[in-house]
Amino acid sequence: MEITYDKNAQEILSTIKSFARKSSLWVIAYGTGCGAIEIPPTMTSRYDAERFGIRGSATPRQADVLLITGYLAVKTLKRVIRTYEQMQDPKYVIAFGSCTINGGMYWDSYNTIKLLDKYIPVDVYINGCMPRPEAVIQGFIKLQELIMNKKAEGAAKYKENLEWYRENQRKIIHNWRMPEYNW
Amino acid sequence: MDSFWMKILGFVITPLVAFAVGVTYGGIVRKITARIQNRVGPPIYQNLLDITKLYSKKTAVNHGVMQHLGPVFAITASVTSLFFVPVLRDSSFWFNLSFDGDLIFLLYMMVFGSLGMALGAGQTGNPNSAIGVSRGLALMVGYEIPFVLSLVALMIQFQTTSIHGLLAVQDTFSSWIIFQSPFATIAGILAFLGMMHYAPFDVPFAPAEVASGPASEFGGKYLALMMTSGSIFTFVKLVLFVNIYFGGAEDLLTLILKTFILYMIPVLTGIVNPRYRTEQAIQFFWKWPTVFGIIAILIVVL
Repeated sequence: MEITYDKNAQEILSTIKSFARKSSLWVIAYGTGCGAIEIPPTMTSRYDAERFGIRGSATPRQADVLLITGYLAVKTLKRVIRTYEQMQDPKYVIAFGSCTINGGMYWDSYNTIKLLDKYIPVDVYINGCMPRPEAVIQGFIKLQELIMNKKAEGAAKYKENLEWYRENQRKIIHNWRMPEYNW
Repeated sequence: MDSFWMKILGFVITPLVAFAVGVTYGGIVRKITARIQNRVGPPIYQNLLDITKLYSKKTAVNHGVMQHLGPVFAITASVTSLFFVPVLRDSSFWFNLSFDGDLIFLLYMMVFGSLGMALGAGQTGNPNSAIGVSRGLALMVGYEIPFVLSLVALMIQFQTTSIHGLLAVQDTFSSWIIFQSPFATIAGILAFLGMMHYAPFDVPFAPAEVASGPASEFGGKYLALMMTSGSIFTFVKLVLFVNIYFGGAEDLLTLILKTFILYMIPVLTGIVNPRYRTEQAIQFFWKWPTVFGIIAILIVVL
C-alpha cells in the first residue's frame, strides 16, 4: 500500500530539510595532497567557516561533505571510496584543486588518478593550485545553493550508475576487497 | 478534570522546555567560544539546525541490537532524571515525580544514560568507541566520588534525602546551601566541572585523539538522539545544581539567570584550558574535591 501525502506539506517539509542540510555541513577533510594545508586557515579565526555552519566532523559516519584536498594517489583512492561509502545519505563531495579535475601538475604521473568524477560523484569542483580559503568558502556556498535548489544529487547518481563507477574503480584498484555498497 | 489535563500538558511541556533551553545554551556556548577565539561564530540556533539535519539523515548501519538501543537508553535516562528534578520551586505545573529518596535515585539515574551509551558504543566494535567508553567510565568514577561525598554531607546535615527537602531547608533558613555548607558546595561544583565534560575534562570525546569517542560509529538519527539527550541532560544537571546549592528558582526568569551563570563556570573554564590526560583528570578529582567533600562530612559529623 502506498501512502500519499499532501503535496504542499511535503514541499514545506523538504524545504525545511534542505535548509537544515544547507546550514549545517559537517566536513570530513580527506587530507590527501598539499591542499590539506588550506583547511586549517579556512576553519580557524581568520576565515571562520563555522559562521556558515561548516564544521569538521571526526568520523565518516557523522559527515555530510567529503572534501578531497588535492591529488589522489592510486593507493589512497581505495581509502577514499571506502570513506565515501561509509558516509550516510545525503552526502556530498567537494573536489579541491586542479589535481582532482585533470591531474594538475601530476598530469603525467604513473601513480595518481586524473579525473576524480570517474570514481566518486563530485558535486562541486574548486579549481586553483592552491585555492585560497576564500575560494574554498565560495565553493561551499555554491554547494549550499545546489542543496537549496535540490541539485546536489551526487549520491543518487552514484547509486544509479554504481556498475559504471565500480568498473572504473576496479581498473585502478587491483586487490579489490571491499564490502558491498548497499544503500 | 482540569488539573488532569494540566498535568498532561506539563508532562509534554517539561521535556520540550528542557530541550529548548539546552539547545539554546549550546548555541550560546558556541557563540561565546567563537568570540573568545576572535571569530564571528555560528548563529545561536545553529545547534537546532544541526539536530534537524541529523534527524533528516538516512541511516543504513547495523551492528546489532544494542547499537540501536544505546542512544534510546541515553534519552530515556535524560527524560527520566528530568522528571525527578523540580524545575521551579513551588509550581505544580512542571511534571515531577519526587519522593523521599529522589536524591539517591538521581545518583543512579544520571549514570544510567552513560552506561546505556557504553553498551551501544561497545557493540559497534569501533576501537575509538571502546577507548572513549573506558575513558568516560574512568572519568565518571573520578567525579562521582566528590559529588556523592558532597551530597552525603548535605543529607547528614539536613536529615533529608529529597531535593524538595533541601529546597525547604533553604527556604526556612532563608539562605542558600552555598552559605550554609560551603565545603560541600565546593566539592559539588568541582565535580560539576567534570560532569559537564568541558575541557579540561573532555577526555572521553576528544575529537583529535579518539575521533569523538563513543559517538564515533553513530551518525544521522542516532547522533541526533544523543544530541537531544545531551541538551536535556545539560538542563537537568544545571537545574539540579541550582536546586541543591543555590536555592532553586521561583519563576522561569530567575531559573534561566541562575542556570546560565552556573553554566558559565564549566564553559569559561573549558575555553581557556587544554585537555587533561585520563589519569590526570582522575587524579584531580580524587585530590582536592574529595578532600573538600571529606571536610564537609567531618564538619557535619563532629
